[in-house]
Amino acid sequence: MIKKKSPKTAKKATFKPVKKKVSDLFIPIKDRTTVGKPEIRVDARAKVTGDAKYTNDLCPRDAYCAKVLFSTIANGEVIKMDIEEALKVEDVVAIYTCFDVPDHEWPSAGHPFSLDPSHKDPSDRKILNKRVRIYGDDIAVVVAKNEVACDRALRLIKVEYNEFTALTNPHQAMEKDATVLHPNIAKTNAFAHTTFKKKPDFDYEKEKQIAIKKYSEENLVEVVKQYKTPHISHCHIELANSYAYIAADGKITVVSSTQIPHICRRIVADALQIGVGKVRIIKPYLGGGFGNKQDVLYEPLVAWLTTKLNGHCVYLELPRENNISGTRTRHAMEGNFKSLATKDGTLLARDVQIFSDNGGYAGHGHSIAAKCSGIVNNLYRDRQGSQVDTYSVYTNTATAAAMRAYGIPQACWFAESNVDDICHKANLDPLKFRYDNCADDTLLSGGVGFYTYGLKECMKTGAKAIGWGKKRKEYANQSGNIRHGIGMGIFIYQTAVWPISMEQDGAMLILNQDGSANLLLGATEIGQGGDTVFTQMAADACGFTFDQIHIVSTQDTDYSPFGTGAYGSRQTYVAGRAAKRAGIEFKRVILEYACKLLKRKSISGLDIVKNKIIDKKTKKKLMSVADVAIQSYYNKGDAGALAVRVQEETESNSYASGAVFVDVTVDMAFGKIKVDKLVACHDSGILINPALAKAQVQGGISMSLGFGLSEEILYDEKTAKPLNNNLLDYKIPTAMDSIDSEIHFIQLEDPSAPYGNKALGEPPAILPSVAIRNAILNATGVAFDQAPMTPQRLVEGFKASGLI
Amino acid sequence: MLNIINFTLNGENVEVAIDEKETLLDVLRNKCNMTSVKKGCEVGECGACTVLINGRAVDTCLYLAMWAKDKSILTVEGLMNKKTGELSKIQQAFITETAVQCGFCIPGIIMTAVEVLEYGRPFTRDELRKLISGHLCRCTGYENILNAIEKVMIEKYGLKK
Repeated sequence: MIKKKSPKTAKKATFKPVKKKVSDLFIPIKDRTTVGKPEIRVDARAKVTGDAKYTNDLCPRDAYCAKVLFSTIANGEVIKMDIEEALKVEDVVAIYTCFDVPDHEWPSAGHPFSLDPSHKDPSDRKILNKRVRIYGDDIAVVVAKNEVACDRALRLIKVEYNEFTALTNPHQAMEKDATVLHPNIAKTNAFAHTTFKKKPDFDYEKEKQIAIKKYSEENLVEVVKQYKTPHISHCHIELANSYAYIAADGKITVVSSTQIPHICRRIVADALQIGVGKVRIIKPYLGGGFGNKQDVLYEPLVAWLTTKLNGHCVYLELPRENNISGTRTRHAMEGNFKSLATKDGTLLARDVQIFSDNGGYAGHGHSIAAKCSGIVNNLYRDRQGSQVDTYSVYTNTATAAAMRAYGIPQACWFAESNVDDICHKANLDPLKFRYDNCADDTLLSGGVGFYTYGLKECMKTGAKAIGWGKKRKEYANQSGNIRHGIGMGIFIYQTAVWPISMEQDGAMLILNQDGSANLLLGATEIGQGGDTVFTQMAADACGFTFDQIHIVSTQDTDYSPFGTGAYGSRQTYVAGRAAKRAGIEFKRVILEYACKLLKRKSISGLDIVKNKIIDKKTKKKLMSVADVAIQSYYNKGDAGALAVRVQEETESNSYASGAVFVDVTVDMAFGKIKVDKLVACHDSGILINPALAKAQVQGGISMSLGFGLSEEILYDEKTAKPLNNNLLDYKIPTAMDSIDSEIHFIQLEDPSAPYGNKALGEPPAILPSVAIRNAILNATGVAFDQAPMTPQRLVEGFKASGLI
Repeated sequence: MLNIINFTLNGENVEVAIDEKETLLDVLRNKCNMTSVKKGCEVGECGACTVLINGRAVDTCLYLAMWAKDKSILTVEGLMNKKTGELSKIQQAFITETAVQCGFCIPGIIMTAVEVLEYGRPFTRDELRKLISGHLCRCTGYENILNAIEKVMIEKYGLKK
């Protein structure tokens, strides 16, 4: 059920104004005709009929098939490769090895290019790698006329390695004698380290002594603990795939399942050391990405292959096994906490060390670990300060990079487990503790704050819906094997990436002869519903109805405006602004033309409402936009088809927030958790499309259930070989594991956003896991500090606690 | 050596030349242009390649094309009324219940839903969860997918919601 909450009790804007004012973009809620309505997805019909074409569906029939030879060691180097027998296989076209590729390293992160050299992503991989850093590294590629020939040839390639000890975790990789995996990037495997402090001179032990003096030791509670999160795979159902050919215009054209076509174009050009103008990326419908396709994966390889094969089309689709273990993952992290609070519930200080397992390559470098530690630091107001030290460490596990919510599920697993551990130890109410200590509307970190603050309202709403006080009482003092518990968690989340990174997006509106318009964007539809909400946002801005805007879903870097792509829950905020600006400009251009036709002096008395030019005062229809359109195309002497193109830079950012509550049943003997009720409350500003917003939350919840209960890539401790890289042994939730949820939105109009909106794409995937963890603690008194809480871990934990 | 086989595809007879080792998935995609039949794992784990063979939902990645000889195959391309362009009730329900996000798993799930709805009796929500558990969807959390199937089931059997 979506329930609109009255914003009366929630806090309104207290944060400083944005650098670029949006007042000139303001459209009052009462004048919005489609924004805020549950419009049907523009791509829904195509997706239930099979008409929606994805990368693999579009590949030419005569394309060569390419398959990668993956290393069978995790750490070492290829000394020699024998391809003679493999080349003899019928239908094999060519084989290239790590000895054949350009000696040039490039970064794969889907970040905007940084003009500041100190912010550049690490260039640490080649098109094929001689220096092997993960089990399943790309060491050679076979190109053949069909898949069978590829497979046969792959089996005949002989490889000689010089093998080093595999480094399976950050601590092992940080030992003195560990092989340094990327000596060009950093002298040690811990390639980056950051420290966040609430005050510059913070020192936990000193603060502890001050607190003892002030409150005396018996009035304090300290928790010293380690929390752990697993390697997680994105598991988009469409495999990572792309194909490349040299088109008639001479451009290297790559069709790819990517979230970031424009960034992909720049990175492919970098990898091939050619001009960006010689590369064209086309992004069709995409079957899920969740951040994995925010990295450039095999696009440089297929682009390079087509240059070696006279421009013939080459297609590469990665097998599921390598999608799980060989593309990107969510960082496995370890958080070591020392936390101090008063026994009556005031958080005083925290000292936190986080080790982030970055795997064999940098991917997004340190940015995810840094984001994680920033939220750990800012989620609570430690009265005497806090310090969060974070290390990003190269190891020989799968490369970790962006995954939905970018380090914050880990941050909240740590911080929210820790808060409940403090409350459990001091017998405090976790809801009240959070209410009294959480980030408030004064939070300002790195230039980012809350323009609207709904976190406490989320807590109130969720607590009421779950029956917090009543259930806590009811579940006290249970015995027996089956127990019940309720738990919760809170989050804060930055909507965009500014000011760490440049934020801009482009939009183009072209008037068609019938008075409808085509909308082109750099922002990408990846399943989240972007195409639909951009249509709504542009339509309201130009006075068109929803059905009169035809969005062009495909991004083609030859004609789509520049935009950085789908990541960071940023698009509705940043690209939405471009869509809205384009709409406003478009309206002006149409009215200027109409003005001439109507023989009026100025456009000030005119407006467009529901596809009609009206007189603002009398509200009378003067002519239709369709009349204007046909004139603008074919009026001799004054022809000029109408269109606008804008590039909008966004120089603001805004915190979204929320709370999740769960009610669970724990069967201790079987290690089984049943979520009886889940309430998710989101402070995401004004919803552009409530139906899509709700669907987005449902999907995030399911993903977090996996994080909390079942998902983990396992590695052999000696060889770093992945052990469960298939969808049978790597457990993402099925319909039987998922739940129906209750979703609330606290809708406060954010003044920095195009339509009052804040982040919603990623945040739903943050909290359910840790809320369940805290509910198990409430039910049984046992704290599970390592995700996922598999039946094995649960039974072991209950046994160790003497409960079974 | 290729073998010529015949089967019925979405109501029409087709004749294709296939290798005896080819999967039905590859034949439907590459030789019959049925691109709604998606490849997600090739080992029967994800369900994205599901079609109906003589009315039963089958993972085509695990099904040799040879076995399809003389059988009747239905994919989502065959659900729409070709004359009127009208969608089937289950397709329409997936649209109105916001059950579609990236859409990659959707054709397969719709085909299983068609089988479930033709079974001759209604199912509880928990039974439906089990019946579609052979399909993996990473976007939706399945809630709206279940709502869509339930909606058509309720209409079909005149049940109270």
